[in-house]
Amino acid sequence: MSVYYVNKFLYQVDGDPGLLAAYKADPAALVERWEADYGRRLGTNNSVETTSWLHFTEAERAALVEHDYVALFELGAHFFLTLTIFIAIYDDDYSAASGPLSFQREYAAKLSHWLDKDYPTVAL
Amino acid sequence: MAELAAVLATTHHPFFLKATELTPPDERMPQAAEWKSKVEAYRETLTAAEPDILVMVGADHFHQFFQDNYPTFLIGKQPKYDATFYNEEREFGLPKYLLDGHEDLSGFMFQGLLDRGFDFSISHELKIDHSIICPIITTRPAADLPVVPIYTNIFAPPLPSPRRFYDLGRAIRSIIDEYPSDKKIAAVGSGHLSLELGGPRQFGETGPDPVFDRKAIDWLASGDIEAILENVTHASMAGAGNATHGFMDLILMLGIAGPIDASYVDELDLFHTREMYMTWYPGGDPR
Repeated sequence: MSVYYVNKFLYQVDGDPGLLAAYKADPAALVERWEADYGRRLGTNNSVETTSWLHFTEAERAALVEHDYVALFELGAHFFLTLTIFIAIYDDDYSAASGPLSFQREYAAKLSHWLDKDYPTVAL
Repeated sequence: MAELAAVLATTHHPFFLKATELTPPDERMPQAAEWKSKVEAYRETLTAAEPDILVMVGADHFHQFFQDNYPTFLIGKQPKYDATFYNEEREFGLPKYLLDGHEDLSGFMFQGLLDRGFDFSISHELKIDHSIICPIITTRPAADLPVVPIYTNIFAPPLPSPRRFYDLGRAIRSIIDEYPSDKKIAAVGSGHLSLELGGPRQFGETGPDPVFDRKAIDWLASGDIEAILENVTHASMAGAGNATHGFMDLILMLGIAGPIDASYVDELDLFHTREMYMTWYPGGDPR
């Protein structure tokens, strides 16, 4: 488990319009590029110092490549980061097709098997 | 000594501006007019206090701070503060601001907190997010007063306890009371009632736990910190909604006010939250 690294991906990509557009257009390519570059940078904005040991598990990488917010929820990725980035990617298209909040409601419905249960922790 | 002229505790709904003033009247949601009028009435409770400086309490939502170094408690000490991040403009339609700071009170507050056992972090390049800009928009849209921003961690667990938030509020109050100035200070903080984000109860017809919301407003309005500390735990807040921990910043504001009745209490049920607008006047109601 490297939930911190998943959150770092979501944080950096959501905060950068160029990365966000790339993540929408070709998630697999962007995840690969991020792992080779941004993910290696120490913290979130250092272009010289690097971190050598952080990496995704296969399940984490697959969830990011597939935009699988249910899997990310279940892996313990931070709910705010996950919601925000997928609203950025999907909300406009869903709203145009099915009305306001249709993406957010589908998102909730896909997590409905967690109602009345303790959610996976987002604590690190 | 400075005068604490008002303490405001409010929810911060980031879509207020977009849902009201930024949407043409004929396209607004049905509650837009009621929402706007409640916010404008609430604004009067701050205006009536005639503050010179605002001590603002909020929490960074992974805009500037991240889990490589997330501060538990942080104060800004700067002459100016930029506000509103790219992804807040994108999602909420929030405008950018440049607020004046009040370095002298920030420094006095920082030292006072250290002296009282609250080992704060301090920033000299803090950019402010919607937890502080939303209450600026609702309670002081002219954005014409210097601010002292205080950030807490209600967001990236493990979190401090509800009691710690209340005690921090009490410490902030005693520092304001000791500040050697003839200025009038208002404390304005924002947080949440029950709230779910990125979970199965998000964006429902009401907030995720209307029963919690009712109790929470009544506890705050009557200054009943004992009931809050008996009933509100990290687990109980999670049970009310996964983002409910922002309620602890409202507990902090009660700490600044002290265990007294609020002079102004209003609320509004929206489609997925209950909004709360509360004001205490520890030195007497100026209205």
